[in-house]
Amino acid sequence: MSPSQVNPRMSQEAVPDTPEERRSYLAEGHSLRSWLLTTDHKRIAILFMVAITFFFFCGGVAAALIRLDLLTPAPDLMSNDGYNRAFSLHGIIMVWFFLIPSIPTTFGNFLLPLMIGAKDLAFPRLNLASWYIFVLGGLFTLITVVAGGVDTGWTFYTPFSSTYSNGAVFLAITAVFISGFSSILTGINFIVTVHKLRCPGMTWGRLPLFVWSIYTTAIIFVLATPVLTITLVLVALERVFGLGIFDPALGGDPILFQHLFWFYSHPAVYIMVLPAMGVVSELITNAAHKQIFGYWFVAGSAIAIGVIGFMVWGHHMFVSGQSPYASAIFSFLSIVVAVPSAIKVYNWTATLHKGEIVIDGPLLYALGFIGLFTIGGLTGVMLAMIAADVHLTDTYFVVAHFHFIMVGGSVSAYFGALHFWWPKITGRLYNDMWARLAALLIFFGFVMTFAPQFVMGYEGMPRRYHVYPQVFQPLMVMSSVGSSVLAVAYVLPFFYLFWSLRYGKPAGPNPWGATGLEWTTPSPPPKDNFETVPVVDKEAYCYPEQGRAGEPQTQQAESVDA
Amino acid sequence: MPDARAVQPQFPTLERQNDADHFGMLLFLSTEVLIFGGVFAVAFTLRAEHADYAQASKQMHYWIGGINTGVLLTSSALVALMVEAVRAGRAKLAGWLLGGTIALGLVFLALKFTEYALEYRDGVVPILSDANLHGGVERLFMDLYFVATGLHALHVTVGLCLLGSLLWPFGRARRERTAVFAGNAALYWHLVDIVWVFLYPTLYLAR
Ligand code: HEM
Ligand SMILES: [Cu+2]
Repeated sequence: MSPSQVNPRMSQEAVPDTPEERRSYLAEGHSLRSWLLTTDHKRIAILFMVAITFFFFCGGVAAALIRLDLLTPAPDLMSNDGYNRAFSLHGIIMVWFFLIPSIPTTFGNFLLPLMIGAKDLAFPRLNLASWYIFVLGGLFTLITVVAGGVDTGWTFYTPFSSTYSNGAVFLAITAVFISGFSSILTGINFIVTVHKLRCPGMTWGRLPLFVWSIYTTAIIFVLATPVLTITLVLVALERVFGLGIFDPALGGDPILFQHLFWFYSHPAVYIMVLPAMGVVSELITNAAHKQIFGYWFVAGSAIAIGVIGFMVWGHHMFVSGQSPYASAIFSFLSIVVAVPSAIKVYNWTATLHKGEIVIDGPLLYALGFIGLFTIGGLTGVMLAMIAADVHLTDTYFVVAHFHFIMVGGSVSAYFGALHFWWPKITGRLYNDMWARLAALLIFFGFVMTFAPQFVMGYEGMPRRYHVYPQVFQPLMVMSSVGSSVLAVAYVLPFFYLFWSLRYGKPAGPNPWGATGLEWTTPSPPPKDNFETVPVVDKEAYCYPEQGRAGEPQTQQAESVDA
Repeated sequence: MPDARAVQPQFPTLERQNDADHFGMLLFLSTEVLIFGGVFAVAFTLRAEHADYAQASKQMHYWIGGINTGVLLTSSALVALMVEAVRAGRAKLAGWLLGGTIALGLVFLALKFTEYALEYRDGVVPILSDANLHGGVERLFMDLYFVATGLHALHVTVGLCLLGSLLWPFGRARRERTAVFAGNAALYWHLVDIVWVFLYPTLYLAR
């Protein structure tokens, strides 16, 4: 790969359509109808991408309002009620309408069939239905905003949500309830696809690690989401008809709500991070141009996280009054769940060791993930210590903990994936100099925004308050300034990526010399993905012995190469 | 019998496609189990927290629930036979068995709603007619009773629609796949049945 291929010079001349583009899935019709009625997994991936980008923007506006209000200790921008609505909306949108669907429905959708050598997902119409359900749920979120918003936080704790809140709780719950079905259907579709549609030779041991992590995520989708569904139904019934389930005034149990909610929501945080880990495994092996260190450890740790992740929910409830014995067990299991995550981090680093590293945009995003995820994970272990948590719970420390993982980690990985597979999705190369700049800006903007929150939380700043003691102002201002850097950094890729659609050089099938099956087909891929059914005879990540000088070598068997 | 048109392009063989449909249905049913799992979790927790929680169930018409259990179990047996009949190509017999299943499903719903009506008359329906509900705990129990059986009745209705769509003449258009669809619809019906088999003792018998 010549450097000029990675860094196409800025040119003002539009590149005309390439022959590949004229035969690609993108050329299968340009009408709105051809998009809205498509069953092609690649087009549905793009539909999802448009939808979640929109919600990322909406959630971002709410975040901007929050950070602006926090510039001063006084409540100047928003009323107390307005502030509650801003952070609730931010949380609900970012969790359910951006981060949960983000990597699975876009890159999972696009890449899963390509990586296992299939023509599509097992149930293409169900896939489209999943998108419509998602959009319907999103519509309800927007209606919630118009109806005055909701002030419960994303966690909908009872009895506040079911009895006392004066926000549009029912609408918000309906929105999340609907989006849950989208998750469930996508999960079922992915699991069946991995089981039934692997091409000849694609054994379980040869699956790319991204497929393993999407597969585990899909299992969590299927096994956790229904519990949220029924919990939300119960809260809604309690709110609308005044039934007694969680309401202590009627003998119900509000703590039961927390158990049910976190039984879903802790696995859900792994829905948000496992796909990101899968992306990083792909990006790191390619950047090092080396076989992954310990394939089965990385694949197995995804499964281990999926399993243990179902048994740690009580660490959100140390101060709720649950049994201290339960707390002790949950504390222990939460420490255990950090082990498989650590295994992954070690294996990525070991993969980089003595690799033929090229420092490009995707690698910087992946490194950003590793660093920020590690900090987020380690602070998670701190929070899992009951003694520390009693002090730190409901403070900015917790806010910083989960933002390091979900924003610093997962959103960086999302952008990394966007850059790595952009040439495959669009057939064009972008300017990597800008990509590296954006990756660095995201990293520094992020650290500047959230590192101060660890300090403030440690010193006792509670979360969800917009009036705070004067002493916190310098750190608050630092955090707000950091968030504006972050905002700019997130917008930047839109410019150079869209620029590449018109002026970028054609990517060719395999611009990075990567090994997955998705790189054996033209970029952008034709509607049926492959001209002939691929046959696999190699493990994942068999990079050529000669390093980058050698011919790219994919999982596709040589003999059937026409 | 395999018909090339019946295979969607992403599947190498019809067999694989049928496997996938079956597997997808099983996964879907696992989500249904978890949904009801939430209801059971609530029922058991509240029961553990209140010694006299099940007091209210003493006033319930447990014999209607008992008959309904028999009705659903029988319908489940019929639907299983129906699937075998479809596989054996005995369309006429399958039609009768399907009709029997649907009829029993309707009987279940009719009995269930009769029971609701009796409870209304007895004054044990929260909010609507609660003259004879003594104390908060009885109310708590009846709330969950209506949520659980209502959710179940909803599933019975969906199951009936699925089975009913097998009667629908359009079903013929994809006759090669009828056996697969029938099998999956029957699986759903078994789920409806199984859930009731657990709901009945939880709500009526365990006092
Ligand atoms: C490495 C293993 C992890 C451990 C041991 C851990 C531990 C914890 C603990 C103990 C809390 C409760 C703090 C409190 O409220 O007092 C917490 C909160 C949280 N964690 Fe983690 N965590 C881990 C990984 C993750 C991951 C991977 C994510 C997301 C992708 C995540 C997202 C969250 C969120 C969203 C909350 C706060 C929820 C809320 O109260 O709104 N955590 N974590
Ligand atoms: Cu957790």
